[in-house]
Parts: sequence; structure tokens; C-alpha cells
Amino acid sequence: MKQILSKVIGLENLGNSIYRLTFEAPEIADKVAPGQFVNIRISEEYSPLLRRPFSVYNKTGKNLQILFNAVGRGTNILSIKKEGDKLDVIGPLGNSFSLSGQFETALLVGGGMGVASLPLLCAAIQNKIIHVVTFVGAKNKESLIVDNLRNVICATDDGSKGFRGNVVSLVEQHINEMNVVKPKIFACGPPPMLRAISELAKKYKILCEVSIESAMACGIGICQGCPVERIGTANKYSLVCKDGPIFDSNTIKFVLHD
Amino acid sequence: MIDTTVNIGSMRLKNPVLVASGTFGYGDETLELVDVSKLGGIVTKSLTLKPRDGNLPPRIVETACGMLNSIGLANIGVKNFIEEKLPLLRELNTSIIVNIAGNTIEEYEELLTVLEDQSGIDAYEINVSCPNVKEGGLAFGTKCNTTAEITRRVRKLTAKPIIIKLTPNVTRISEFAVAVEAEGADAVSVMNTLVGIAVDVKTQKPKLSTVTGGLSGPAIKPVALAKVYEVFKSVKIPIIGLGGIMNWADAIEFMLIGAKAVQVGTANFIDPAIGIKIADGIKQYCVDRRIAHVVELVGALKI
Repeated sequence: MKQILSKVIGLENLGNSIYRLTFEAPEIADKVAPGQFVNIRISEEYSPLLRRPFSVYNKTGKNLQILFNAVGRGTNILSIKKEGDKLDVIGPLGNSFSLSGQFETALLVGGGMGVASLPLLCAAIQNKIIHVVTFVGAKNKESLIVDNLRNVICATDDGSKGFRGNVVSLVEQHINEMNVVKPKIFACGPPPMLRAISELAKKYKILCEVSIESAMACGIGICQGCPVERIGTANKYSLVCKDGPIFDSNTIKFVLHD
Repeated sequence: MIDTTVNIGSMRLKNPVLVASGTFGYGDETLELVDVSKLGGIVTKSLTLKPRDGNLPPRIVETACGMLNSIGLANIGVKNFIEEKLPLLRELNTSIIVNIAGNTIEEYEELLTVLEDQSGIDAYEINVSCPNVKEGGLAFGTKCNTTAEITRRVRKLTAKPIIIKLTPNVTRISEFAVAVEAEGADAVSVMNTLVGIAVDVKTQKPKLSTVTGGLSGPAIKPVALAKVYEVFKSVKIPIIGLGGIMNWADAIEFMLIGAKAVQVGTANFIDPAIGIKIADGIKQYCVDRRIAHVVELVGALKI
């Protein structure tokens, strides 16, 4: 874990309000594992006050990338960052996806911005003798982000590309129709999607790791502000920032707050 | 050479900057990022007799220039603290102030008795004012006679400094300060969070599971300054000022108003090393103004 004053290398608009931000962070790039995140200070002023957590999307040499949808005050400020701007970044934070366990097929599942935690995982699996299939879900064709992934199958809510419907239904169809050998699911996306993929994993008795999203104040385990309720663990709650964000889906009690 | 030390009762702090309870964990989480030996001291997360899971999520929500929290005193309990955290804290070369919270007056006594057997604790901060638990907490801190009674009872059990953390969610905070001073408190921390609410108009639900939470951050600084000012005019014991301190200038404001030391809270979430930067900033301010000892700032407000 390091706190660094990073330099923005570039910002690309990937369509709609989705952006990919590249910044220099050698100390973090050196250490980051798939599924980990960084906590970025958006503003020197007090609005927004808190840092914003982002999955590390990719790394290239000493640079890191994050992916975000400019929908709130924080992400809107990030969306006007320019090359050379300074960026106060803490990372890498949290635990990472685990490639241990008996599996031969990795089913990577990303919904919306959840796709951001998959490229590093994809790259990590490249070194192993594991078959990878990546399922990417989005609202529509324009919101699909499929770079730096392998064997991608898409789902869109409006059917403008690929499977019409949600990405979890697509995964289920794939499992039913294809001969998937010893699979393990790695999923990241909004809470309803994670709950659905967790139920699917249970139904088909598939190993499943999910990356949980949560609002955070500190990102490093000191504020106790990001609890997730567990099943079958010694403590009722774990912290998304420190104990997660990656959890075995069977140990998570999914409660939807909306 | 600037003298940055301040005394809170018999405790000598190397500088006036502490990190506030609940905003720095147990002191061990940030060691990769912060050289804590440069802090005046660490106030631990509130400890209770038994471990507490804490409140249901959502526990935090950002508001304009601030945040609401409703953690509910999630902590590992005093026994685990002594076994797992205190040995490390003893090695940190900074003052260790253990914050305790009870459900009953007897629990405060029991907590203190257990901790008195341990070395490495420099002072106690008594949390009589947590706004986020049903029992104890704010229920104690908003009753002047109960706050005084807790002070009286814990005072008997230790020679170490007792700091009472006061809540602003009362009519006159200075009455509480006067009451705890009379019962032998060595200092007061002013102030805990302000009770607040945020509502999601889309779902028409509160943004916190407990509806109300404690407001902290720069939004509350002017209120905190006014509370410190009120208390400073009422008591002789030192005041530890807190509420929205984000930088050294904020800390100087608190000292000029009457705080002998300060606590940095929410700012730690944004920059875990901010306490050290604030301590450096206070020192530089003294250098620039040829102030020999930092305590000369205390109550030096020019009116």
C-alpha cells in the first residue's frame, strides 16, 4: 500500500459517459494483483470530500488504468482531468481474485463498469492452462467495453448487440448449451447482478468469486464504514475495503439496499 | 528551537496533534503509510467490554463538505485489543490514549479496571457521546448528572489522565464541561459529531440504516469552534478541540479559540498522513511568528 502523487497520462472517452483514465503509478503497478483497487482523491477542495475507489482496470509498464462512468460529482471531475494533472492515489488496496482451486474453465463475468476488474485477471490467467470465456453485459452496444479481454460474449439490455437480456442469463445459457469443463466464475458488477450470479453458481454447484462494490470513507480498514454481511464466518461482517473486495459468493449475504 | 510539547494532565504530548477515535483504527492499519511517531498521539477506536459487530450497512454517506456515519461502535472488544493490538501500540513511540464506551456506568468501571493492569496506555478518553448506539452512548452524554457520575466513578480508578469526550447535541455544552471538571476530569474533548440525516429522494429512504448518524468533516468546523470557545470560557482544564480539522490552519484556529491540543478525524480518511502534515504546519507557523512554545497560541484570540 502506497500513497503517491501520480501524473495523469491520458483520458479517453469510450462513448457515452464512459472514460478510461491512464496515470503513472510505478509503485502501485509493480504490486497490483487482479481485483485490487485504488482510492483516488478527486479534488483538493472538500467537494467531494472523500476519495473514490476504482478497480484497477489494466497496467502497462509503470502506468495504471481505471474505467469509470461519469455519473456523479466525483466522476464528472475526473472526466475533465488532463494530461500532466496531478492525482493523489492510494493503492493497491484490498485482496485479489484467487486462481487456486480445482478448475479448468474461467468464466469471467462483468456487468456495467464491473468489467473494469476483468482485464488484469484475464492477463493473469493467460499464463495458466485454463480456458477463459468472458461475459460482458451492458445497457446497449455503445456501453460495451470489451478491450483487453479474451473470448468475449456480449449481452445487452436492449439487444443492440449479442444476447438480449442480462449477462447472468447469458452465462446460464452458455453453461446449459456448451460443454463447460470444471468451471469457476469470477464476477464483478452491480449488487443485483452479483446476487443473481451467486444463485446461479449455487444452482450449478460452480465455484464463484465476486467483487463487491461499496461506498467507502477510508478504503484501508480504519473507518469500518463498508461492511458486508457474511455467512458461516466467525464475524458477522467483513470490510469490503480490507477483507475484500473479492469474496467467495457462498459466504456473502446479499442484501439489496435499493 | 520551537517547543511543540503540550501537557494534558500528567501526559506530555510531543506535539498538539492527535488522531481522533474511530478515524485511525487501532493504530496499526496505517503503518505502511504513516510514521505515527511524528503524531502527538493516537486515540484508539472506542473499545467496549464485548466485541461489537456494529450497525447494519449503509453506515456512511457523504454530504456537502462532510459525511454522516453510523458505525455503531464496531470493535474487537477490550480483551482482543489487549491481546492483539496493545503490544504493537506500546512500540510506536507516540502517546496512546485508549477510548472506552460502556452500556452502563458499571461497564465503564470494568473497562477501566481491565485496562489499568496494562502498560503502554498514557490516558483514557471516555466516550459518553456516541450518537449511534441505542443504549449508553448519547443517552449518557446528553444527561449532565450521568456524565458527571461516570467521570466521578472512573476518576477513582486511575491516576492517569481522564479525558471526557463531550457531545454538542445538548443545550449548553459548557455545563457538561463544568460538571466533569468538578468531578476530576483532566481534560475535555470538544466535540463529538452532530446528529444528522440524509435522505435518498429516489427511494424515499434514509441513506443510513439507522436513519440518523453523526456529521463530521469541514462542514461542522464553525460549530465546533463555537463549542470550544464556549467551554474555554467556562473551565480551567485543557480542551482538546476537534470537528472538521482538515489542515494546519484549521488546527491553529482551534488553538487560538482555546484548544490546547487538537484531534484530526475525518481528514484521516482522505489523507492518512494528514496529522503529521498538520503538526509540521503548526510548528512552521510558530517559527514564522517567533512563537517559542506552541501553548502561547492557546486562547490567544484577539478580540
